[in-house]
Amino acid sequence: MTSIGLAGGWRIKQPSVIPGFGLALGFTLTYLSLIILLPLAGVVWRTASLGWSGFWAIALDERTVSALKTSFGTSLVAAAINVPFGVLVAWVLTRYRFPGRRILDAIVDLPFALPTAVAGIALTALYAPNGWIGGLLAPLGIKVAYTPLGIVIALIFIGLPFVVRTVQPVMEELSRESEEAAATLGANRWQTVRRVILPGLMPAILTGFALALARAVGEYGSVIFIAGNIPYVSEIAPLLIVIRLQEFNYAGATAVAAAMLIVSFAMLLAINLIQAWSRRRYGYGG
Amino acid sequence: MAADTSPSRGPIVSPSFTGATTEHKATRWTLTLIAVSFLLLVIVLPLVSVFAEALSKGFATYLAALIEPDAMSAIRLTLTVTIIAVPMNIVFGVAAAWAIAKFEFKGKALLTTLIDLPFSVSPVISGLVYVLLFGAGSVLGPWLKAHGVEILFAVPGIVLATIFVTFPFVARELIPLMQEQGTTDEEAALSLGASGWQTFRFVTLPNIKWGLLYGVLLCNARAMGEFGAVSVVSGRIRGATTTLPLHIEILYNEYNVVAAFAVASLLALLALLTLGLKAAMEWRYGAEIAAATRH
Amino acid sequence: MLRRRQVLALGAFLALFGLAAGAPALADTTLLNVSYDPTRELYKDVNAAFATYWKNKTGETVTVKQSHGGSGAQARAVIDGLDADVVTLALAGDIDAIAKNSKKIPADWAARLPHNSAPYTSTIVFLVRKGNPKGIKDWGDLVKDGVQVITPNPKTSGGAQWNFLAGWAWALKQHNGDEAKAQAYIAALYKNVPVLDTGARGSTTTFVQRGIGDVLLAWENEAFLAIDELGPNTVEIVVPSLSIKAEPSVALVDGNVDAKKTRAVAQAYLEFLYTDEAQKIIAKNYYRPTKPEAADPKDLKRFPSLTLVTIDDFGGWAKAQPRFFLDGGVFDQIYKPGK
Repeated sequence: MTSIGLAGGWRIKQPSVIPGFGLALGFTLTYLSLIILLPLAGVVWRTASLGWSGFWAIALDERTVSALKTSFGTSLVAAAINVPFGVLVAWVLTRYRFPGRRILDAIVDLPFALPTAVAGIALTALYAPNGWIGGLLAPLGIKVAYTPLGIVIALIFIGLPFVVRTVQPVMEELSRESEEAAATLGANRWQTVRRVILPGLMPAILTGFALALARAVGEYGSVIFIAGNIPYVSEIAPLLIVIRLQEFNYAGATAVAAAMLIVSFAMLLAINLIQAWSRRRYGYGG
Repeated sequence: MAADTSPSRGPIVSPSFTGATTEHKATRWTLTLIAVSFLLLVIVLPLVSVFAEALSKGFATYLAALIEPDAMSAIRLTLTVTIIAVPMNIVFGVAAAWAIAKFEFKGKALLTTLIDLPFSVSPVISGLVYVLLFGAGSVLGPWLKAHGVEILFAVPGIVLATIFVTFPFVARELIPLMQEQGTTDEEAALSLGASGWQTFRFVTLPNIKWGLLYGVLLCNARAMGEFGAVSVVSGRIRGATTTLPLHIEILYNEYNVVAAFAVASLLALLALLTLGLKAAMEWRYGAEIAAATRH
Repeated sequence: MLRRRQVLALGAFLALFGLAAGAPALADTTLLNVSYDPTRELYKDVNAAFATYWKNKTGETVTVKQSHGGSGAQARAVIDGLDADVVTLALAGDIDAIAKNSKKIPADWAARLPHNSAPYTSTIVFLVRKGNPKGIKDWGDLVKDGVQVITPNPKTSGGAQWNFLAGWAWALKQHNGDEAKAQAYIAALYKNVPVLDTGARGSTTTFVQRGIGDVLLAWENEAFLAIDELGPNTVEIVVPSLSIKAEPSVALVDGNVDAKKTRAVAQAYLEFLYTDEAQKIIAKNYYRPTKPEAADPKDLKRFPSLTLVTIDDFGGWAKAQPRFFLDGGVFDQIYKPGK
């Protein structure tokens, strides 16, 4: 257990024998600024032209708030469903051996590769009342396509690989020794999983959750096909941005975009802070 | 990967051996069953429906949709964009992961969050930002155009939007892995007199090789499949600025569902192929990977 | 496999440089027509005919490249710098927006070509399930309980704005000009809409392929095409008592053709749309020609005759768009919760 993080001090960087900090960080910051921050500054700039009151009028407009609620609500539900299932999938894929495992392992990445529009079309075809799954659910009175439930389905599809692929490498890295030690000390399997394995996985699980959530909030291509897009019911925030652009209302569009940016940035930051905290709390693995 | 060597982990396992670090047979079966059914429902079924649609008019129609000139031009453009965008994000990902995972510094959580940001930025906005930056209404756009540089509605704009969208993939894959690995190995190498570059090349890189590969594959797949952001900056000029996903949308909007799904299946196949390649490498170099990841 | 990908990759790089180097040299013979969604089939035919026509007339080879998308999104791309030589959009309002926001088109563009720069027109009709099980005959049937109406979102689709206005015009006539009643009718109509797709094509797919809804409000040309392409035995057209004359407009993008030195051929392309040859193609693709005498009588017979209002009855797009569709307009009002 090495932990440089334990040393105190108020300098920007804590001392380390490892070289390349300046180069790595310098390059990272430059690239980040050019590709991400500078263009995003454009959004802020356009929004700023509205002034504070103008921005808040749009951000707190009933329609905007309801679209943001739909986007964040469905994303939260989808990410919350993806965490247990994603961890389970990662666990089964790393720990168990069964026929077809490699194929399943490869297929987890599919949502990354499939263009989101295709995913949307395929999912809508499946879940529409005349689709393979929608047809089974329709007699039970369950409607999926063109309801918020449909949005959740699309977002589960989009988010799953984020959880699995973030958790999986760490799970593979986990040392068997600590599990064996726990078992030797009399812990049953459930206790070992809960007390030894899960804490080690926690940072990765949180990252996976955050990424699945963050990705889901902005998702557009796959959702518009299955959502129904009814204002105040199944209208997502990115669609509202498109609508504002269509009205040649750039300031309105960037204001909604900025509102989304602020909320998701705050969420991501919170989760990254929790993660940093949990890493200090549980230390590094390996 | 270390698991390959132990026979005790499969659902099918000799009943005489129930190690202390594995679950009961019934538990294993149940968990496997749940995971497999979930994957079948969420991922495999949509995939199957893509192929079912693509092949619904027979293989000849399927093939015709792929070798048609507009489809070929879309394939070329998609490959061009990927070849530029992915390496740039690899270099960035390794540098960012090195800075974040190997050092403790102020503002690290902020930096990590900024790296995650493109995930949460709606693809619509990712395209929009470049329109705001380089569009006819901006300061930069008309100036560049006057000097003969086309960014928006041309290949550079598509490359930029793709880089933006795939920005965090490599970094995000490497950061938790490198954090998990800690700095012990590098410190040992340095204390034995290795230079910084040697340490990275011979100690860190082998350790992160497989995580890096995952990251590159994901970055690659997403770069090829990105739709929303690219559609904003592309101008959709058929045969010139349409990438594969845009071509799929065009076909779909022409009621040419079979061709649309045929091209979509090509992207899915491409992804499956690279992932198969990864699996094959793992199988061949399994021992080496196990050695690299087992401490 | 890997090697093949590398070869492809190399090819891609070369193609990229070829593209960059070749673009200016080709510019005098390549036109870019930025259009809206449902015109794909039409312009495929028109472009081929124009290439032959131009070759015979001048000996030059001309290729017309197409870009299709939602009418508003396409207008925005041109404003943002997409190098369109000509725009052929769903609404005059979208071309007005280009004129206003980019100054690449003069404000009086509509007067530069015959028929308000609309070489073809269309209208809005109903598409219903085969046999018309819900007995939908006219606009009044759309607000009945249990009738599901499919129409795209007027915020993102030009065709949807025509749908909206046609319904409004009917209600206004029905209620002797009482606008409050017309608004109540429109609100009831959109209460029966379960899905607002972003474009006309999306709505057609939802209706025909997903089996959602009892009636689709569609462009006449889209309705015919949908029957041809998707379901001759599953859907049929119902013609309402009153509809609107939809005028998709075309315009030369002066700012771009002057920079690219393509004015002559671009102008010829737009004028070609009014020739007998093009008008025949137009009728064949289910658009109503402005010169019916040039079209095949067989094609003309397919168009039902019905009473049509025009956009001028709404005071033109400059008045209609802010009133009905822009932020806070009638369409936003009917969706306000608690109404």
